[in-house]
Amino acid sequence: MELDNSQLLRFTTAGSVDDGKSTLIGRLLYDSKSIFEDQLEAVEATSKKKGHIGVDLALFTDGLRDEREQGITIDVAYRYFTTPKRKFIIADTPGHIQYTRNMVTGASTANAAIILVDARHGVIEQTKRHAFIASLLQIPHIIVCINKMDLVDFSEEVFNNIVSQFEEFSSKLLVKDIRFRPISALLGDNVVNRSENMPWYEGATLLHTLETMHISSDINKVDARFPVQTVLRPQSHEHRDYRGYAGRMASGVLRPGDEVTVLPSGFTSKIKTIDTLNGPLTEAYAPMSVSVTLEDDIDISRGDMIVRSNNKPESSQDIEVMLCWLNNSPAKPRAKYSVRHTTNDQKAMIKEILYKIDINTLDRSPNGEDLNMNDICKVKLRTTKPLLFDSYRDNRTTGSLILIDEDTNETVAAGMIL
Amino acid sequence: MSKYYLNYLDELESEAIYVLREVWAQFQNPVILFSGGKDSIVVTHLARKAFFPAKIPFALMHVDTGHNFPETIQFRDDLIKELEGRLIVGSVQESIDNGRVAEEKGKNATRNALQITTLLDAIEENKIDCAIGGGRRDEEKARAKERFFSHRDDFGQWDPKNQRPELWNIFNGKHFEGEHFRAFPISNWTEMDVWNYINRENIRIPSLYFAHEREVVWRNNSWIPNSEFLKLEEHEEVITKKIRFRTLGDITITGGIESEADTVEKIAEEVSAMRQTERGNRSDDKRSETAMEDRKRQGYF
Ligand SMILES: Nc1nc2c(ncn2[C@@H]2O[C@H](COP(=O)(O)OP(=O)(O)O)[C@@H](O)[C@H]2O)c(=O)[nH]1
Ligand SMILES: [Mg+2]
Repeated sequence: MELDNSQLLRFTTAGSVDDGKSTLIGRLLYDSKSIFEDQLEAVEATSKKKGHIGVDLALFTDGLRDEREQGITIDVAYRYFTTPKRKFIIADTPGHIQYTRNMVTGASTANAAIILVDARHGVIEQTKRHAFIASLLQIPHIIVCINKMDLVDFSEEVFNNIVSQFEEFSSKLLVKDIRFRPISALLGDNVVNRSENMPWYEGATLLHTLETMHISSDINKVDARFPVQTVLRPQSHEHRDYRGYAGRMASGVLRPGDEVTVLPSGFTSKIKTIDTLNGPLTEAYAPMSVSVTLEDDIDISRGDMIVRSNNKPESSQDIEVMLCWLNNSPAKPRAKYSVRHTTNDQKAMIKEILYKIDINTLDRSPNGEDLNMNDICKVKLRTTKPLLFDSYRDNRTTGSLILIDEDTNETVAAGMIL
Repeated sequence: MSKYYLNYLDELESEAIYVLREVWAQFQNPVILFSGGKDSIVVTHLARKAFFPAKIPFALMHVDTGHNFPETIQFRDDLIKELEGRLIVGSVQESIDNGRVAEEKGKNATRNALQITTLLDAIEENKIDCAIGGGRRDEEKARAKERFFSHRDDFGQWDPKNQRPELWNIFNGKHFEGEHFRAFPISNWTEMDVWNYINRENIRIPSLYFAHEREVVWRNNSWIPNSEFLKLEEHEEVITKKIRFRTLGDITITGGIESEADTVEKIAEEVSAMRQTERGNRSDDKRSETAMEDRKRQGYF
């Protein structure tokens, strides 16, 4: 297997219930020969029991008991497949309104989003919601798959109409790269294999798009940010004086000799070494996990951030955040939450809800009293100590945070710093 | 190719190291669940990387069914010595002797389900607040839904329908007294990734994974190794075959496959051409379509 230089692409699928997400993923796995015989046998048997003709491809992803019983997807399921060009991780996310938090979850780590539209129904409320979430979470690439083309006679006109509907809406969104693909997940047209039913379509198939999409330029290579996870202090004789800062590069590049500042203390030093078990490195970049040592003895602990001295993040206790509320119980006004941002933990209060976004119209409604599950609001947060951040648009790691309810320990909100 | 990106294996490694360090930072007393199988060996290797040049700061915990391959136990003990690590053993035999669980009866009896009680007891006794596992989402459909940080209530149960959302790489390991977490650093790895990684990193694995001659019995569509625990049926016949194991578990239910692969490279090649999932040879998963989900809800690995 010559996979040595191939990259990992993470994508998420979104669409309304029954738009064909599970079928599409099943099709991708099936046609790329990623399904094992025993999986196929199990799915064939279940399909038969349910009275399906042929194989119900959706069964490859609908994993949990309730889902199979109800025939819907109720949680994020992850799937993996590999082609000679790339390794793929799919987050299959549910389409029901009440499960939008799972779409947000799946979208948060994705390089690309596939948004499914049923060719018979065109762009509907849920499509807009999903496109908006994809843009809010700054997924760099969106592929709109207009599915079930077999049910509209593979009509070019239907396809073009939906493309215009979508573009009319998406022009208001901040997405750099949107592509459209006419497909039939059920029959396989333009998924892995080119469609013979749509000679009018000359673009790439979905799989080819996923295999060739340029993703390495999506990472921020400019702002060196190293959030410290933990301090390594070996007790052994050999490494008695070793003091390494363990973490994962969030963005940018660090090299030995670089002048760095440790935040929030503000002490400066130089990078001495960048270490791994396989030996020292001449540079570290995102998303590498390394251990960094400095020339000077500085008191550094988890939650601190090492940055280049000439390029620092912002620091403030008052931040404006786009919040997506993920929990059943609504936000408590002026209540305190734990906020986790990179490796830093502290407390914060929602000081003010500035506006709520109506995700069907993208209008802002000022009625900012309550914050319920699936609401997306711009809020003002006040933290107990200054937060070191970049805007989410520039940096998905140092620009994101979660809120945790201290009474339940649940993750109640996802925030993107503006 | 442009510079400054990682290939897929480096990215998976880096992600796993990040997860292990988060576990260390967020919990008081984490352990690695060590079965002697390749996945837990890889997790242990990743833990060495995560904390180098310090030693692995966790104990390794083995839930011992008492039905072991002797090779697995030897391998475990050698590794502990090499790492200068600490080993915790939870014994299913002891749970049986103490009346915590009762041995299954009948032809297909295994100690698989009994492990749940032993595991949860060991977690409670040792005040473990996070058990790190080698579970991978590609293994099984219920596992496909696991989070990196997966909450367990104070009965050790998993509630797959009510999981905490896990966003970006921000993990929430906050919990109340008595609850614990399971953490899965290699969630995103496939069986193929594991083999490619073992090959690349030259990681030592038990000899059982390599093709070797062994006394076996054909049962449930695979070659079950002969052992003191195996009760032969009348029609069954013990023969010697060249086989290897694709996964390792309880010796009474781990089936071997016919193979000539005697190096990691050959295994990787064989696995990439394989048409059956690795758990296809484990009779514990064949009991029902949702066998794994049902066991996981109760607290299984
Ligand atoms: N005719 C046709 N039916 C499809 C197509 N894709 C999916 N379906 C059907 O639409 C229904 C819902 O599909 P499913 O994949 O479960 O949708 P999900 O809810 O988005 O996961 C199933 O009955 C599928 O067989 C398609 O391309 N053409
Ligand atoms: Mg579905």
